[in-house]
Amino acid sequence: MDLAMLLQLLDSSVRLATPLLLACLAGLFSERAGIFDIGLEGKILVSAFFSAAVAAFTGSVWIGLLAGIGSSIVFALLHGLASITFRGNQLISGVAINFLASGMTVVLGDSWFQIGGRTPQLEGHARFQNLTLPFAEQVRDVPVLGAIYHDLLSGHSILVYVGFLLVPLTWWVLFRTRFGLRLRAVGENPAAVDTAGISVVRMRYTAVIICGVLCGIAGAYLATGLSAGFVREMSAGRGFIALAALIFSKWRPWYALMACFLFGLLDATGSLFQNIHVAGISVPVQFMQALPYILTVVILAGFVGKAIPPRAGGEPYVKER
Amino acid sequence: MTETATDAAPFAIELKGISKAFGPVQANKDISLQVRKGTIHGIVGENGAGKSTLMSILYGFYKADAGEILINGTPTTIPDSQAAISAGIGMVHQHFKLVENFTVVENVILGAEDGAMLTPSVNKARKLLKQLAEEYQLHVDPDAVVEDLSVGHAQRVEILKQLYRQADVLILDEPTGVLTPSEADHLFRILNGLKDEGKTIILITHKLREIMEVTDTVSVMRRGEMTATVKTAETSPEQLAELMVGRKVLLRVDKQPARPGDVVLDVTDLKVIDEHKVEKLRGISLHIRAGEILGVAGVAGNGQSELLEVLGGMMTAQGGSISVNGQEIDLSGKHSDGQSRRARGIAHVPEDRQREGLIMPFMAWENIAFGYHHDPAYQKNRLFMDNAALKRITATEMESYDVRPPNPMLQAKNFSGGNQQKIVVAREIERNPDLLLVGQPTRGVDIGAIEFIHKQIIALRDQGKAILLVSVELDEIMSLSDRIAVMFDGRIMGERLPDETDEGELGLLMAGVTKGAA
Repeated sequence: MDLAMLLQLLDSSVRLATPLLLACLAGLFSERAGIFDIGLEGKILVSAFFSAAVAAFTGSVWIGLLAGIGSSIVFALLHGLASITFRGNQLISGVAINFLASGMTVVLGDSWFQIGGRTPQLEGHARFQNLTLPFAEQVRDVPVLGAIYHDLLSGHSILVYVGFLLVPLTWWVLFRTRFGLRLRAVGENPAAVDTAGISVVRMRYTAVIICGVLCGIAGAYLATGLSAGFVREMSAGRGFIALAALIFSKWRPWYALMACFLFGLLDATGSLFQNIHVAGISVPVQFMQALPYILTVVILAGFVGKAIPPRAGGEPYVKER
Repeated sequence: MTETATDAAPFAIELKGISKAFGPVQANKDISLQVRKGTIHGIVGENGAGKSTLMSILYGFYKADAGEILINGTPTTIPDSQAAISAGIGMVHQHFKLVENFTVVENVILGAEDGAMLTPSVNKARKLLKQLAEEYQLHVDPDAVVEDLSVGHAQRVEILKQLYRQADVLILDEPTGVLTPSEADHLFRILNGLKDEGKTIILITHKLREIMEVTDTVSVMRRGEMTATVKTAETSPEQLAELMVGRKVLLRVDKQPARPGDVVLDVTDLKVIDEHKVEKLRGISLHIRAGEILGVAGVAGNGQSELLEVLGGMMTAQGGSISVNGQEIDLSGKHSDGQSRRARGIAHVPEDRQREGLIMPFMAWENIAFGYHHDPAYQKNRLFMDNAALKRITATEMESYDVRPPNPMLQAKNFSGGNQQKIVVAREIERNPDLLLVGQPTRGVDIGAIEFIHKQIIALRDQGKAILLVSVELDEIMSLSDRIAVMFDGRIMGERLPDETDEGELGLLMAGVTKGAA
């Protein structure tokens, strides 16, 4: 494998890792606050649909992004309503959200555009264009470093940069601010937060809304950055992979980056190398494409060490006597 | 302490006509209370008397249906905990409200941060913690993670949290329930130090000894009502107990000398090594005769639990032997379970009734069957259990063990601690065992129930049964046992007769000090 090919692989990994990373950080905020969210998938999907649909109507990808985020927040608030206000089961609420998103996007898409649940192909300002970083053209011929800068770092959609910058930001918010301290506390022991005179409900809703925003960006990137339009079920399990990455990373932002990049790399490998020959055996392409999902199963089955989730995760908070 | 100074002090807290009902249950009925500034004011009462509800109202956890709260003479409304904190009221809950995997300093600042950034708050808190540690002997490492702290230290963090919020009035809810005797003594020194600095302390407890030891004034609650407020110096434990229960209570256990018979339990060189390769029992030998109570004293965590669990079949032993009525018990693990132990006449009232003694969401009659569900009396035929008979038996047992309410259909979690314990005791004693293992029989149990459970244990002894009593309450060990064995670090440090020893000597043995070595 030469440098150009390696850079191509890494470049592709970055693109594929971005939606996972955004969703993973979304889940991190929610679960650190004690709200388990298996509805990441549904929120990505609903945002992908609305961002693409609104971008197609208005011709502006930015309005599309806002619509995507808005729709994802609505779904996040539904989850919040069920699990915080009504103290319902968070898993069931998440499943319901996934079903709702899956059905709603197809029905609405078919009725609005009548092309089998897809949205029209997005072009021009209706799509996120790739940014060229300053001096990328000038340095592209510098050996190795120039190539890395031009081929790998430069030339992504702005949402990719947003996603990666969110990692240090999340870390900082979580571990260096008052908000982060309270957020982590509410996921570990809400009673401690309550007796300290802080509203558990408000903290948890805030977390859920942040989760909605980040899932919204993930979905919009999927439909208007990575692809040029919405197709049915285009989230393709990314919400669940992000969940696996979240567990893999033990709910920590920097580890989340690494976990998501690993999944992105596997995904990119699968699509870049159709057939791999190892020691005279040809590995079928289907196996390569299944790799991220296989890793997800392995992680969720607990083969990679014990991950301790936030202690109050999944449990509605009820004041005790 | 000078009587005149505390008598003249103004009221820090004044409650007037507080009432609170939960549905049909009147938890607080027209309660008035006056707490003078700079005093330690005790509130005693049985479980369910309404002490915690009253304090929760003062701390803004509940809203009173009626009544008025005056703080330093000013009428104040306390709609939530935030309001209580700003009124200078701090509460140390019975179950700590700490974030286990946070550091001490993070727990202290939570909710009382100075700004949006953490670093300045942390630095300030660290400095203040050092100051408070000097001032009140509240030493805790600010950077220690709370889950690594001992219970006593975790409690100090709770107190520090309140002091950091500049609380003038500290409410402590059953603070010594989880502490060892020496930790409790240290707590009382801290409380006296706080009092000397002018803080007001409200101490909720059901342990009369603590009230007598540390408080200036004491209020007694019974069934949601305030029955009396007296000066501690002018009352006695007997009088307080009577006020709490509403009738005369025997604080001293009334019992005849034991008439020991044949050896029932014989334990030789018992060894237990846990999964971390730590030796929990380092060669325990003891015996108990019929009609005799052997009390095992010791600070929690010195192997008493393991001893009970091996005898009760909940844990396997790595060495030594146990025989009951002269027949050896298989310790290999194959027949080491509660079922086979019960078949050998061993009954077990486990230490943690909520985890090991009962299944909380199950009904009383179901709980009565556990461990004895193979009893022919409970079977209708080979396939079905005779639930109707079981419910009848449960109803009778509940009646004779004074379980309130005597309703077999009520879930275990809906009984008070004392009544839960009576259900377990009823189940184990009614099966007429040769040997009864009892762990912490009165932990979290109110006075009336303690008296009852103690009577049952003595009665069983007088029927000629052998009893192994494990308790961290030295009073209980002293008053019930016919012989006392003290455990320390997996060994028996010595055996004493209750008439020939005192708390001082036992306390030294509990700390691992033998007279010869001292």
